[in-house]
Amino acid sequence: MTRRVILMILALFLPLTAHSLAPGEALSDPILESRARSLSLEIRCLVCQNQSIDDSDADLAKDLRLLVRERLVKGDSDADIKKMLTDRYGEFVLFRPTFSGHNIALWLAPFIALLLGLFAFLHIIRQSKNNGPTG
Amino acid sequence: MIVELGHFALITALLVSIIQGGLGLIGARQNNDYLMGVSLKATHIQCFLLLLSFSALVYAFWRSDFSVLLVASNSHMNKPLIYKIAGTWGNHEGSMLLWVLMLGIYGAAFAALSSKVILAFRARVIGIHGFMSSTFLGFILFTSNPFERLLPAPYEGNGLNPILQDPALAAHPPLLYAGYVGFSITFAFAVAAMLDSKMNHQWAILVRRWVLVSWVFLTLGIGLGSFWAYYELGWGGFWFWDPVENASLMPWLAGTALLHSVMVTARNGQFMRWTLLLAILTYALSLIGTFLVRSGVLTSVHAFANDPERGVYILFIIVVSIGAALAVYARAMRQDMPRVQANLMGRESFLMLNNVFLATATTTVFIGTLYPLFVDALGFGKISVGAPYYAAVLMPICVPFFMLLPFGPFLSWQKTKASKFLKPLLGAVVLSALSVAAFWQIRPSLGVPVAFALLGSFWLIFGALAAPVGRARLFSTGGLSRLFKLPRPLYAATLAHAGIGVMLLGIIGTTAWREELVVAANEGEQMSVGDYRFVFEGVSIHEGPNYLAERGSLKFLSGAREGDRLYPEKRVYQAERSQTTEAAIDVSLMRHVYAALGETLEDNRRVIRIWLHPLVVLIWLGGLMMALGGMVGLSARRLT
Repeated sequence: MTRRVILMILALFLPLTAHSLAPGEALSDPILESRARSLSLEIRCLVCQNQSIDDSDADLAKDLRLLVRERLVKGDSDADIKKMLTDRYGEFVLFRPTFSGHNIALWLAPFIALLLGLFAFLHIIRQSKNNGPTG
Repeated sequence: MIVELGHFALITALLVSIIQGGLGLIGARQNNDYLMGVSLKATHIQCFLLLLSFSALVYAFWRSDFSVLLVASNSHMNKPLIYKIAGTWGNHEGSMLLWVLMLGIYGAAFAALSSKVILAFRARVIGIHGFMSSTFLGFILFTSNPFERLLPAPYEGNGLNPILQDPALAAHPPLLYAGYVGFSITFAFAVAAMLDSKMNHQWAILVRRWVLVSWVFLTLGIGLGSFWAYYELGWGGFWFWDPVENASLMPWLAGTALLHSVMVTARNGQFMRWTLLLAILTYALSLIGTFLVRSGVLTSVHAFANDPERGVYILFIIVVSIGAALAVYARAMRQDMPRVQANLMGRESFLMLNNVFLATATTTVFIGTLYPLFVDALGFGKISVGAPYYAAVLMPICVPFFMLLPFGPFLSWQKTKASKFLKPLLGAVVLSALSVAAFWQIRPSLGVPVAFALLGSFWLIFGALAAPVGRARLFSTGGLSRLFKLPRPLYAATLAHAGIGVMLLGIIGTTAWREELVVAANEGEQMSVGDYRFVFEGVSIHEGPNYLAERGSLKFLSGAREGDRLYPEKRVYQAERSQTTEAAIDVSLMRHVYAALGETLEDNRRVIRIWLHPLVVLIWLGGLMMALGGMVGLSARRLT
């Protein structure tokens, strides 16, 4: 009796923590399943706090996991699936921002920073060479 | 009464901090020993008042005084004592009070430990630090008062978010803040040096201890936070590139750069401009991290716009303090500084490269964290920047960085003969290759990318160890006794650098070889994952101090642990009306067996999830090695 009451109480509360795949979700084809997993890691669970659909046990995440697998079985490419999801939910759904439009600065900035740094480094080395060993 | 006393102490601390700031700066300008002396004393008074104030709040939490609004909204009678007390800093107001308490402690510690420093310089540092303290005390008193009363007092409080009711998360904020706030001393040092024209290597020698102290705390704080996320969030992830995590990673990366650049500056004043700038920016990043976490801007730009009071105040603190520091910096840069003399094969140039890589990494994390806010604020809609972005962008930085890293400790200042490092590092290459080959034997399906990653981590470990071995010429006569007589900073570097490799090995282990099992099981059903077999023995109900738990029991049927049991739990905290999953972890160096209890299905079967996380513990062991390296460095009399 108490057990049943407790189970009912348990069911009422919202979980704060995450889980991944539920039993029976995984595809039998190991190659497709591994594609599904790595794709799921790049898709944001829109109702969660910074979790991918692979990590979340929210209903939406589960639906999207199933949808991704369904599409993979039908033979869609990863790009097709991402396109379908962005059409539906916007770019927010992708953890890897697209390399386009207003995201170009996001992708290029780190490399520009690195190049500037290396350039400054080489400049200083060359300058010290010209100044001789003491100076 | 005690609460009012705490409130009063906080207000008095604000006044004292203004006196400390004003008298310190005026005294230093007029060279008035009396004023400067008062300012020094004020640091101790301020620290004492803040301790008093903080204790009063802890007392209110301890006694569950629900007439205090903060206690009523964040605590509960049923909580165990430790979480009542730790709950003091498990909320915005209390954590900001902890922040200023740290400021007070660092100020007093600096005043007490700097008696050999020229008085005018001490007074400047303390004066600047006093005003930094004033701005935060003002922030607390005007926007986030922890002592606000709630009348009539409710009979019961709202409780503390159960995932925060955890020993690691009780210790996480104090460690993290001890790191963040430590950089306030570095910052005050930099500004004082620029005002005082004390920009020389003596200054750098003094400042580096404080850099190191802050860095050690920050390393421990981040490590503990990551460990908590690993076992508490239910599936064994250790880093999520969450903006809140990035907020602590940015000052850590910048602080690591500072730690290295200050070595050059402490030797002969070179890199002075860069070191000063880094000292300012590291603290700026600590402040920005606080702003991001505390203003609510992360949840959404719009939530921030609706309730901007706190965020705007912190933004104001950032703009004023960092703006002023940069103005002083621009003026100071007109002075002549020692020219950088760097030979490609000298230690200077490798430390410079270290800074290029770390500064790029800091920039990357900064942009990745703030770009979505920026895009959203400009009306381009919402985007997400997650782990795949950071992996893609940081990889090209890490690869050359880690390849070059082991050379650093071998190099002498200015110029080094290749013969000094050629043999030991060749040895490291051979050992690394052999280790990868050994892994290939154990796991034939290794794959080329993983093999290269492994090679990198072993290169870091053996390369770090090669430095003391090579410099002591271990394999020629008397080598062993020389090994124990090397300069202490070399041991520090060896430990910290090897720690990076150990951490990388842990990351590879759990990322590449994680095994996972998800099943729906009846009582008595057997399951297996990897080399392990288990039987599910069913679920029982347990009563905790302030929660009810369903406790699953999994018995090992094979392997070294045969007969042992894992007890993953699902807990319900009635007061807080929420549920947590408590994973059960079987800990060993080689692998963690990580079990979590899932939901009950309609046919009464129970979802069980078991992961094998190979080598995962090395992630935090590596972090610990880095922090230990920092401590060894601190214990050295000279830090080069």
